[in-house]
This record gives sequence, structure tokens and C-alpha cells, in this order.
Amino acid sequence: MRRLPLLSDPRARAWFFQILAILLVGGFLAVAVSNTVDNLRQLNVASGFGFLQHTAGFGISQTLIDYSETSSYGRVFFVALLNTLLAAGAGIFFATILGFLVGMGRLSSNWLVARLSAVYIEVFRNIPLLLQILFWYTAVLSNLPAPRNSLQAGGLLMNNRGLYFPAPVTGPGFGYVVAAALMALLAVVVLRYVSNRKRIVTGQGLPVFWPGLGLLLGLPLLVFWLAGTPLHFEAPVLRGFNFTGGVRAIPELLALVFALSIYTAAFIAEIVRSGIQAVSWGQTEAATALGLRRIDALRLVIIPQAMRVIIPPLTSQFLNLTKNSSLAAALAYPELASLFAGTVLNQTGQAVEVLAITMAVYLSLSLLTSMVMNFYNSRLALVER
Amino acid sequence: MSFVRETYLKETPPPLLRVGALGWLRAHLFSSPGNMLLTLLGLYIVYVTVPPVIEWALLDAVWRGSGRDACLVENAGACWAFVAAKLGQFIYGRYTLEERWRVDLVFLIGVLTIGWLMIGRAPGKRFIGIFAILVYPVLAFVLLTGGAFGLAAVETSLWGGLMLTFVVASTGIAVSLPLGILLALGRRSQMPVVRMLSIFYIEAWRGVPLITVLFMASVMLPLFLPPGTNFDKLLRVLIGVALFSSAYMAEVVRGGLQAIPRGQYEAASALGLGFWRAHLLIIMPQALRLVIPGIVNTFIGLFKDTTLVMIVGLFDFLGSVQVNFSDANWATPQTAASGYAFAALVFWIICFSMSRYSMRIESRLNEGTRRA
Repeated sequence: MRRLPLLSDPRARAWFFQILAILLVGGFLAVAVSNTVDNLRQLNVASGFGFLQHTAGFGISQTLIDYSETSSYGRVFFVALLNTLLAAGAGIFFATILGFLVGMGRLSSNWLVARLSAVYIEVFRNIPLLLQILFWYTAVLSNLPAPRNSLQAGGLLMNNRGLYFPAPVTGPGFGYVVAAALMALLAVVVLRYVSNRKRIVTGQGLPVFWPGLGLLLGLPLLVFWLAGTPLHFEAPVLRGFNFTGGVRAIPELLALVFALSIYTAAFIAEIVRSGIQAVSWGQTEAATALGLRRIDALRLVIIPQAMRVIIPPLTSQFLNLTKNSSLAAALAYPELASLFAGTVLNQTGQAVEVLAITMAVYLSLSLLTSMVMNFYNSRLALVER
Repeated sequence: MSFVRETYLKETPPPLLRVGALGWLRAHLFSSPGNMLLTLLGLYIVYVTVPPVIEWALLDAVWRGSGRDACLVENAGACWAFVAAKLGQFIYGRYTLEERWRVDLVFLIGVLTIGWLMIGRAPGKRFIGIFAILVYPVLAFVLLTGGAFGLAAVETSLWGGLMLTFVVASTGIAVSLPLGILLALGRRSQMPVVRMLSIFYIEAWRGVPLITVLFMASVMLPLFLPPGTNFDKLLRVLIGVALFSSAYMAEVVRGGLQAIPRGQYEAASALGLGFWRAHLLIIMPQALRLVIPGIVNTFIGLFKDTTLVMIVGLFDFLGSVQVNFSDANWATPQTAASGYAFAALVFWIICFSMSRYSMRIESRLNEGTRRA
């Protein structure tokens, strides 16, 4: 065999290009790092992660863990991380519910409902999220009445300082109730397993739904009553100009969660619609032909197949929502982007370290979510021979 | 005896409840009790949302006025007078008053060019396309920044408003398209090093929020350069936005590349075309055509995301709306809501029409696979 000239040998070319790529990237990094070191030395900025132990010295409007002005920057980081997770978690919860409702409404045979859902989707997904956040915060929530004239609905109170819930207060013996609930859950799982085994062997399963529901609700309620109802709610009370007691959600959090869920729900609705439409009409007909009731056809045939199409894009919407929670930087809701990459960065001046930590957190949140979802997805995926 | 009917019976009209408006109502709104309940719920939602909005935005709105007093009347709705008074700032930011025609000119040429390219069978598309890619950016840059050909220089710190939004979004797309194509090719490359670098780049950018990228661009980019170099804030943001969106663009382009059947590559190789020529002449024209909707969607996303530059201190459209709320001459309870509503309307019109356009292309691309 004749040897190719070196210049047109694909392997030689591959080596050449890859070495070139490494040199370029490496060279760029080397220049950037050396420049950064020079610049930081000139600016007299300390480097390294020692600053995480220093005292922060500022207050934070919402902390889920103990925090005071004497706490360290490391503590600030955890406060910020938890606040991000809270906003993202609440956003994902409400966006999913709203998104599924609107998405199914979009396909409703009811003309009005279908139209309204379509209008909802087109309006909210074409307006920038930041604008929506600012609108809720500045134009709606700040214009609510003062605490004295709060809006009330059930046990909820709403005013320009935020939303107040009654706080649950647990008494002694509440642990038993939790234990009972866990046991009931375990029992239902076992029941389901046994029923499935029996169905495979005999073709006839055990009733699971109603006994399971009874167990899940009945057992904890029974123990709750036996233990002497060890739970009551402490309603917020107006004292002077403000409320004490209860749980308060600050307006920044409300605006953020409102806007995130409303915005993301529009995208989720489209995903749900396309997922349901992706299940071919023949599946519904086949289910009907087998004699399945409408609800069973949905539960056993349509939804499992639709979920397979819905899950991957849904994951990326959850990720987007989590990343978008960083828009709180415009509101001073104390989460990663505004508190850590904002306040802490400005106070310490250690831009490289702070931004590296922040980006690493978002990156690992992204990777973690997509890992969990991939696992779920692989369980739902078609099992082929 | 037999009876044979010799005339037709007179036609009876169809049942009233099956045809016409009533029939439609019955079929679409009141077919079952559950459906009726949904209809009532829908009507209730319409009742709570639509009349107040119309009242606020149209009936009670204040359209004219030169100061806050006009909008401080009792039960006043939206304060459109504020929007009218500040419109110039919303569009041009603090761009020098006498030089605003330059922005108009750039915008006009841009609209004409893009309009021409969007029409299905317009003649001379090739030349217009070359103009749009090669000449227009230079022209826009010279006109907007000035400082040459006898044009007065306008500092980028004066740029703002809708104009800045367009500058950021279109620069982002223009830079990210070629970068994204290269990254997409890199990700599908046989060379492990190139592939790993591309994957790392794409996933790293896609995993972090734009706002941290903007923080990084405005704080860390200057640190990467030799000490003493000072460069434009807008340029920093533009670099951040372009790097960020190129990762998204890469994924869009990769989708197109994956849709091209292997036979096309093999045919190109059989014709003796090398990697670059095969891609330039055979693969890319097909792949890019497929992903036009994806590119438009990326552009819509980027266009909405440009609002984030206000967090790092640039006054884009939303930023210049927001900054005018603090004008004491217009301090009314309705100022903020009116300003946001106006901004939302403008964004909505732009984004909605772009999304409609991308849907139209999509349906045109699917023409061959659609069933009658």
C-alpha cells in the first residue's frame, strides 16, 4: 500500500488540529491567568478562599438558617443557596401545576377554555421575565395596602410587607403522627408490590387505590387524634404597625415566584400540549376498543406515553427556571446572584473566587437535575427487545 | 289499494340546537355538565380580567399632559402621558439629540434589508444577503459610534433604550451564529480533544445563568487583559452575551446537522469534497435551512434576555423605562405600571411577530411531510 503524503493523511491532520487546539486554549488561559494575577496584585485584592471565614457584617432580609451580622461569608453563601433553592422549588411546584392545567386546557374541547389557554401562553411567554418580575414587584405588590388594611383570605394576610401564613406549631407527640404517616406510606408501597406480583401470577390484582388512600389518610389521623391533636396554627397578629407571629413571605420572594411560575408555566403548557398530541389517536381508539373507561385510558395508556415525550423538555424548563431565579438580582431578594455574587463580591472584591463559586453552584444544580431526570427518563423510556 | 306519494314532503329545517350559532354554542361550550362548568369558569376569568384592564388602559387612562398633575386625578388609569413624554428616551436612551437621525437611518436600512430577505421570492436575495452580512454591520458601527467621515462621535455610555436592546440582541446573534456553527461541528468531530473542548464549552455556558455571565463579563473580563487596558462597558457586555448565546446556537445547529442523512456526507466524499468544502457546499446549506425556526427562537430568547443588561448598569429599553420612574415631575402611583405595560406591549409585539414568522417557516419546511 502506498503511504499517503503527511499533509493529506487524516490521522496526521487530526493530531495537528488537536495539538493546535490545546495550544490555543492553553495559551489563552495562560495569558488570562497571568494578566489576572498581575491585575489583582495591582489592585491589592487578596486571593484564595480565606474570605469565607471572615465576618460579613450585614443583615439579610430572609434567612432560612440562623444568621446574624457576625456570621461569616461562608454562612452568607449557605443562606443565599437556600434562598435560591426555596425560590426555585416554589417556582417549579407552581409552574408545573399551572403549566399542566393550561396545557390540558389548550386541548380542551371547550372553545372558551382552549382560547383562554392559548391567550395565556402567547401573552406570558413573549414578555421578558425580568419585566414581569419588576411589574409584580413595583406595580402590584408595592401598591398593596399597609399592614393595618391587609387583604384577607382564609388564614392568609397580604399587604405591602408580604404574605403572611399561619405558622404550624407542633406539640409533644407530633413525632408519632409523622411516624404513622411514614408507616402508612411503607404499607402502601408493600401493598402495591404484592398486588403487582399477584397480578403477574394470577392476572388478578388486589384493590390498591381505596385501601391505600384509607391507610395514608386514616392511620396518621387516628394517631393524631390519639396523641391529643398535637398541632395548632399560630395566626399572625397585628401589633403596632406590623404583624408578629405566623410565617411571612417577603414581597421580593412573592414577586419572583409569581413571575417565575407564570412565565415558565406558559412554556410547560406548550410542552404538555405537544406531548399529549404526540400520542397518536390510534392509542385512544385502541384503549376504547379494549373497553377501558375514559379515565383508565388516560391513566394507563395516554399519560404514560405522553410523559415520555414531556419529561426531557420539562427538565430543561425546570433548569431554566432555576437559572432564571438569578434574576432576583434586580430585586434584592437575597439569593446567590444578588447576595453572594452581588453584595459579597462588592464587599470583598474577590471577583474570581466569588463568581467561580456561584457559577459552580448553578452548574452543579444543572447537572444534578439533569442526572435525576435522566434516571427517571430511562425508567420511563420504551423497553425494546 | 296502494298509495303512492307523488309529491315530496316539505323540507323541515334542521333542529335549532344543532346548527347555526346555537348549535355551535352547544357543541363547543355546553356539551356536558362538566363542560358547562368550565365555560362558566372561563367566563368568570374573562369577567375578572378583561373589563378592569380595558378600563385601566383605555377608558380611565390619561393620554395628554405635561406633568404629574395630569395623572393625579381621581380614579386615574394608566398614565400614557408619561410614556408619550419620555418616548424619545425609551427609544434612543441618552443618545445625542441632533444625532438621532443616524439611529433612525441604521434602523431603516436594517428593516428594509431584513424585510427583503424575509419575502419568499424577492429577486437579488444573494446580494442583499451579502450586504447584510458584510456591509451592514460595518455601516451600522460607523453610523452609531461616529468619529469618522465627519460624523460626531457618540460615546457608548450615551447609548440606551430600544436601540441598545437591538444592538445587543443583533450583535449577539451575528457573532454567535458562526461561533455556534464551529462549536456544533466541534461537538460532532471525530477528534477527541476538539470534541471534549466543545462539549465542555457548550455545557458550561448552558449550565449557568446569563446574569452571572454578565457579572463575569463586566467584572472579570478587564482582569484578563494586560494591566492598564481599559475597555468599553458595552463591549464587555456584548462579548459576554455573544459567548453565552453561541453555546445555545451550537445546540440548535447541532440539531440541524443531526437531521442530515449520512448519505449526504458519503455523497460529498464520493465527489471528492474535503471536510470544509463538503460542509460549506452540501451539509450546511441544508442543515441551516432546517434550523431557521430554531435560530429565530434563539433570537427571541436573546431579545428577551437583553433586558438583563440593566442589572450590570446599561440602560436598555427596560432600563431606560425604569430609570424614568424616578423623575419627580412624573411621580404618580400609575407611572410604574404604565411604563411597564408599555414596555411589555412593545416586547410582546416584537417577540410575538417573530415567533409567528418562525412558525410559518416551520410549516413551510414541513410541507413535504404533511398529510392532506
